[in-house]
Amino acid sequence: MYDMKALYEAESVQHAIQLLIEHPEAQIIAGGSDVLVQMREGKRAGKELISIYMIDEMRGISYEEDGAIRIGSLTSFSHITKDPIIKEHINVLGEAVDMVGGPQIRNIGTIGGNTCNGVTSADSASTLHAWDAVVEITGPEGVRRIPIHEFYIKAGVVDLKPGEIQTAIIIPKKSYEGYKGHYIKYAMRNAMDIATTGCSVNVKLSEDKKTIEDVRIAYGVAGPVPMRAPSAEETAKGKPVSKETVKVFAKAVLEDINPRDSWRASKAFRQHIAVVLAERALKESIRLAGGEVDE
Amino acid sequence: MSNQYKLVSCIINGKKVEKMVDVRASLTDMLRDDYRLTSVKKGCEVGECGACNVIIDGECFNSCIYLAVWAEGKEILTLEGLAGPNGEISDIQQAFIDEAAVQCGFCSPGFIMSAVEILEAKREFSDDEIRKLLSGHLCRCTGYENIFRAVKKTMLRRLGKDAEADLV
Repeated sequence: MYDMKALYEAESVQHAIQLLIEHPEAQIIAGGSDVLVQMREGKRAGKELISIYMIDEMRGISYEEDGAIRIGSLTSFSHITKDPIIKEHINVLGEAVDMVGGPQIRNIGTIGGNTCNGVTSADSASTLHAWDAVVEITGPEGVRRIPIHEFYIKAGVVDLKPGEIQTAIIIPKKSYEGYKGHYIKYAMRNAMDIATTGCSVNVKLSEDKKTIEDVRIAYGVAGPVPMRAPSAEETAKGKPVSKETVKVFAKAVLEDINPRDSWRASKAFRQHIAVVLAERALKESIRLAGGEVDE
Repeated sequence: MSNQYKLVSCIINGKKVEKMVDVRASLTDMLRDDYRLTSVKKGCEVGECGACNVIIDGECFNSCIYLAVWAEGKEILTLEGLAGPNGEISDIQQAFIDEAAVQCGFCSPGFIMSAVEILEAKREFSDDEIRKLLSGHLCRCTGYENIFRAVKKTMLRRLGKDAEADLV
């Protein structure tokens, strides 16, 4: 038995909003792989829960009218990995969420929960930042959409106002068309571990594959929330595909990131890893995009 | 809290069932206490060890971090559901015995249910893929190699590759 005060089950998005207004102290539970564990640990013991897990309208991946990819917030990690739309356009997102926990966790864990808990180590978050994802939030006043980097306010806090729930994550067409990316999770174990640092990179190459037209890089656990490394991106935009470009790019991430000492790893180690991961992830992204880095 | 109960209807091991369930219950609680399906083990109870693993609508879930009320309308399979009409054990269970993939046995039901999901895919997985698909379970006795062999052999046998299975 879980130590909960009460459980309210939402049957639709509108019902969930109504329940949130009626019970402002209640905690939303999606898949529960964080909330129920925290409840078991005592951190959220005695709380009221609003379950949105049974709202099937919040599941699935589809195209919007303008070609944007819409991922319902309750879509599980394993369904994202298996989805044909994701495989075709943002395979790296499927690969990134395939590194969360273990198989059973990936069947219950949702992309909405992974982002709404606001932790920097979420395996989906760095890739979503690196692809300029947009978060759809539905509340009593209707639907609003904000860039994912604005959604994260600080560690553990996201931009959800009273009565609001996250209903989808959207990748606009201009963010994915022509890009190829790669994610590397650095952790102590291959399964059931949290990233020491995670790095997601993607590139768009020129037609002849010789020039980097655009490059985007984002980190998890390089600061209190997932973050982009804009200085690094600037060094490589418009530059030739070369070993030199990759080296300069990777070094420049240190100007942007701000990792801390924790029991998992020291700041110095994380900085070192961040540079190595940037280099490897960019090289692999270039390879996936059809380019070649001379060795 | 004041007691809060809900009627939960679902299919468990092929049988349609219905019971009033405490909303605070995990699916592990419901399966063990209300349906006496004690193959579903209480291990870590925080979704890390996989001892409580069951199959819901064809996918594996740690039932300890799954609310019992979410079982509404679902089809659940536990280790008990693998038994044949006269209580015979299944090929994967026999393989666990033959390969000495069981020592204390606490992790076995969870492991076997993940193996069932692998076998139901009806395709050949690489060694790395099998290891990854089994990675949501902890076993403190066997060192995993015998479990891996039991799963791989059964997979190959079900695909008609008996000769290859004998070499594993």
